[in-house]
Order: sequence, then structure tokens, then C-alpha cells
Amino acid sequence: MQKIVVLGALSAVAQQVERQMAQHRMELLLVGRSMQRLQILRQDLLLRGARQVEVFAADLAQLQQHPSVLAYVREKMPEMDTLLLAYGSLLDTEKAQRQEAMVVQQIFNDCISAAALLTSFAEDFEARRRGCIAAITSVAGDRGRASNYVYGAAKGGLAIFLSGLRARLYPCGVRVLTIKPGPIDTPMTAHLPQHARFAQPELVARDIFKALQRRRPDVLYTPFYWAWIMRLIRVMPESWFKRLPEI
Amino acid sequence: MPGGDYLSWGRYPRVRHRQVYRLSWQDQAAPRLAAAAAESLLPTGLQRSYGDSCLNAGRDLLSCRRLDRILAADFEQGWLRCEAGTTLAEILAVTVPHNWFLPVVPGTQQITLGGAIANDIHGKNHHRAGSFGRHVRQFGLCRSDAPALVCSPAQNAELYRATIGGLGLTGIILWAEIELKPIPGPGMDVNTMPFNSLEQFLELNAQQDRDHEYTVAWFDCLAPADARGVLFSGNHSPAPAGRTRGEAKPAERQWKIPFPLPQWWLNAGTIRLLNAAYRLRQRRRPRQAWLPYAPFFFPLDQVVNWNLGYGRAGFLQYQCRIPERLEVCHELLRTIARSGRGSFLAVLKKFGDLASPGLLSFPQPGLTLALDFPMRGQATLELLAALDRIVFRYGGGLYPAKDARMPAEAFQRSFPGWREFLPYLDPKLSSSFWRRVTGA
Repeated sequence: MQKIVVLGALSAVAQQVERQMAQHRMELLLVGRSMQRLQILRQDLLLRGARQVEVFAADLAQLQQHPSVLAYVREKMPEMDTLLLAYGSLLDTEKAQRQEAMVVQQIFNDCISAAALLTSFAEDFEARRRGCIAAITSVAGDRGRASNYVYGAAKGGLAIFLSGLRARLYPCGVRVLTIKPGPIDTPMTAHLPQHARFAQPELVARDIFKALQRRRPDVLYTPFYWAWIMRLIRVMPESWFKRLPEI
Repeated sequence: MPGGDYLSWGRYPRVRHRQVYRLSWQDQAAPRLAAAAAESLLPTGLQRSYGDSCLNAGRDLLSCRRLDRILAADFEQGWLRCEAGTTLAEILAVTVPHNWFLPVVPGTQQITLGGAIANDIHGKNHHRAGSFGRHVRQFGLCRSDAPALVCSPAQNAELYRATIGGLGLTGIILWAEIELKPIPGPGMDVNTMPFNSLEQFLELNAQQDRDHEYTVAWFDCLAPADARGVLFSGNHSPAPAGRTRGEAKPAERQWKIPFPLPQWWLNAGTIRLLNAAYRLRQRRRPRQAWLPYAPFFFPLDQVVNWNLGYGRAGFLQYQCRIPERLEVCHELLRTIARSGRGSFLAVLKKFGDLASPGLLSFPQPGLTLALDFPMRGQATLELLAALDRIVFRYGGGLYPAKDARMPAEAFQRSFPGWREFLPYLDPKLSSSFWRRVTGA
């Protein structure tokens, strides 16, 4: 892993992963929404040791901006070996599940736009027959809960997309990594009541970075205990699951 | 994020906050401050102040921890500019491989740059370098009446002086530019010297201060007749042969306490035992040794959350400055010994006479003594009040960063010029500490 493209580079978790990459003197290409913030981040990562940092401002939830992102990446980092898709949004659930427009927006942001981008980038990886495509989904995508099933549906859809992409790219040696973090203490979750279950972004980022450096796993739960919790949740019959109180 | 349990390092007092807001980017500061009600908000970093100067009971906190980007650095001239939430640990990780060090570091590297300025912290080299504020070239301050001020000794000089040691009450510190100090390498040449009385300490300390940049002493305050302790002194040093030069962070073991320990385990007996064990360990150390910088400067960081060792009730730290007269020290120690409420790790350091630009800066020429007391309710508070009386009889003062209980009078006697500070307060900011010591 030497040349990395990060989509959604300004997210709290992505920033921490980028720091680890910078400390390992890697080359980064960052895509995020605000050029001003990207410039601050670029300087920071260079001072922390990154070999090179390119930045490009785009709103990835807008499909019409995708061609310019692809063109920029292909020009500035044609030999990228790792793609990390880290952007996401969590709309206010109360509103999101009662308004059609918000349901569409949530699923569009977190699933459709991501699937579209990955489809285009997959071509590049398939042609080079190596590298790793990683995307951050969520434990919320494993089962639908009353409190966040719209977000969960979007992330779950993306996870299934990744699973299929993995099978498709496996024969040509391209790895696809699905990252499923539990709740993290970031601006995205700042409006939620916090509990001890909220992990710090540094910890999640360390796990992601480690998983990127290795060849395994295909699906990463982070922090680690979510793998066990979700194993239980996944096998629970729906007739029980629907009765589970919100914790 | 709703308030919840947001404690200071001493885990006392336990207060509730209405909201804890976070800043992720500098441009979010001005709107947040504009939206705040009068005296409702307190900017904070890592909550490493011991008492309530980083708490705002019933009101709001604004965590600046995620403002932690390095903005610029010059490793030729030796300066660094970064956002205020950057920790000293992160700064050192970046600068030490280039052979630059922070001009002043406290006993932990897990504090933010903004906190270092707001408390005008001091370190083991106070006799050479003065306090942290002396090395701050400029900083950006977001005030409710002026969202983007740059303060330096030349520009907005009054606000510069008020903000250094200003407890975060003059505005939100967004970024700061500090001087760095050249070092020959990532290590320290350390001398460890036992002493058996305070007289001996003063003598040793005077001798070590002459040819060492850093000095600090630990002693056992349960044995006042013969204050047995150890004096550490050190100088920066290149890595000895066999160690690579760039090795800034050798793998260090870090420990974590899983939960607040029960209160019964810390009592006069166990503290005596711990102190003896510590002394034994230090005495078995070679008199002269090479150490990486972290264990020399930040020995307590090896237990990430050592504050949980004091249990659910938490603890109080008492740090005072007193004239360099042994009878004051003896009187304080006798009072503590009589109470039978010993302190684990009493720390003693002689301040130098380099003045700080800060209006409310704590260090002044003389001795400073720092003691930890497990919180045991009224009895502990009474003991500290008794210590106050001794400190003020000799014209001493108390350190706000460590305090959770000093009465208004004690603050005002510690900082006789405190009224000069009032015009620079930001009307939207306040803290539990500030309301207590100004009677607001």
C-alpha cells in the first residue's frame, strides 16, 4: 500500500486513517467537499510525513461530479493501489423515516452514489489486476432497527454491493474490504445520545489501517467486539428481533 | 452531544453539563460562539485540568480536541504553528525526529496546545526557560465581538497577555505558533539522586540547577522529619551508540486501569507502602542513565488513566507556590502528617525568576509543591483549607489548573492583579472555577 485515494477524506475516521498513512510516508489523493479544509488537511499530512498529497474538491453525492473525480484520479495517481471510500451521512432518523424525500436522499448518498463510484473505479483495478478497494459501511447495515433502518438500508445495500464486487474481482487478484464500524464518536453522530459503546475514531482508524495493510479479512468489524455482537444479532429470528427494545 | 458525565482529571467535582459541543474546523468557532448565550460556554481540550477550571456545571462545554491539525512548521528556524487542540504528544512526534523539542513540557504530554497556553503551564526547566507562555509567538483568538484576532506581543498585546494563563475565558484559542528548542537527539542524560531532608534537597537542587536544564524532586511527605526523596535532573542528549538517531518513540508499555478502584485500597498504610516501593525502585536505578525523552518527562503517562486509582470519589491536587524558606515547607508537611492523610507522590520544584507575559500566570520565584489527596469529603477539604492558611501567611499562591475548591479570597490573594484581567473576559464564556473564585 503506497498510493491511496480517499473518497470523503474530510470525515473524522478518514482523517485519522490518513494520519497513519502519512506516518508511513505514503502518497495520498484526497477527495472531499471543501477545498479550504482539504488544503488545511493537506498541509497537516505533509508535515506528519506523507510523501505527497493531492486534493480535489467535489460533492461525491452528486453523480454529475463523478467524471471529473475519475479524470483527476486517473491523471494524478494512475498507479493507485488502494481506494478507501469513507464518506457517509446520517440524516435525522425521526424525519428521515417519515419523509419520502429524505429516505431517497439517505439511500442515494450512502448507497447509490457509492455504488456508482465503485463501479467506475473497479474498471481501473480490474485492468491492473491488483490493489484493494475498501469502503466503510456500518453494523447498522446488518439488520434493520427501528431507530436507524433507513441509514441501515443504505449501508446494507452497499455491503451487498461490495460482497458481489468482491466475488467478481477475486479472480483477478483485486481485494475488496468491507469495513463495518460500530457507532463512532464523530460529528456525524454528534446529535445522538452517546454511550460507552461509541468508539473513538483513532481506534477505528488503527483497525482499518491494519486491515488495509494485510490481505485479510474481507469484512472488518471494528472495534473487534462488534463481530461477536453482530454474529448473535444476525442469527436471531426476525420474530424475536422485532420485539427487541432499543438500547 | 448531550452533557453526560464529563469530568476533569481529578474526577471531582462531579457535575453535569447541558451540552458538550465539538469543533472540528476553525470556521465553526465563530457561529458557535455567536449562538451561545451570555456566560454559557467554556472552550476545553482534553479535560486534564485537575479540578473545575475545565468544567462548566449546568452550562455548555466546547471541546476543541478535534482542532488538531499542524498548520506550518519550519525546522530550520525552529517554530511550529498548529491548531489549538493538537496534543503535546502529537507535536513531539512530529518535531523530535527533526531534533526539535517543545521549549516547556509539563508532567504529561496528553494535554492540548490551547490548554498549555490557557494555563500557562510550567515544567522541569522553569529555572531556565520560564513558563510556556514565554515561547508563544502568536495565536488566533475567536471572540464573540471579534471572531478572528491575531494576538502577539506586538499585536493585540493586552489580549495576548490576558489569554496566557487566562483559563480559556478570553475567547476560543484557534491556533498558536510556538518556538521550538533544538536538541541533539531524542534522549535524556538523567541523574537520580536520593536525599534525606529538605535542607539536602535545596543544596542538591542548587547544584543541579547550575548544569542541568531539567530538575524535579519527588519525596515522601508522610515522613516530614526526614523528607526522604529523589531528585531527578536531566539534559537532552543524542542517542548513545547502538540506538538509531531517529528513534523518537521506542515501544513503550502502556497500562490501563479497567475501572475506578475501590476507595479502601488507598489509605495511609498503602500510600506509605507505595511510596517506599517507589523510592526503592528509584534508588536501585543507576545514578546516571540514558533514557528516551518520554519516560523522563512523562512517567505517569505510562498508566493511561492513573486517576482511576483514586476511586469513584476522585482526588484533589494541591499545588502551591511558597517562598524558598524551609520553615514553610516543614509547616505544610507537619500539617499533612498530623492529618494522617498522606499524599502519594509529593512533587517539589524550584521556580526560576523568568517572568511570564501572562496576567494570571502561576509561577513566581520560590518553591512549588504539588500534592495529591484522595477525596474523603469534608476532612480532606478542611486539611486543604489549613494548608491555605499557611501558604497565604507567607504570601504564597495556588494554581488554578489543579484546583477544585479554593475560595474566592484565596484566588484573589494568589493573583492580586486579577481585576486587570476582567476587561478581557469574553462575555459569552465562563467556567465553574471562575464563578466560584469571583463570587459570580
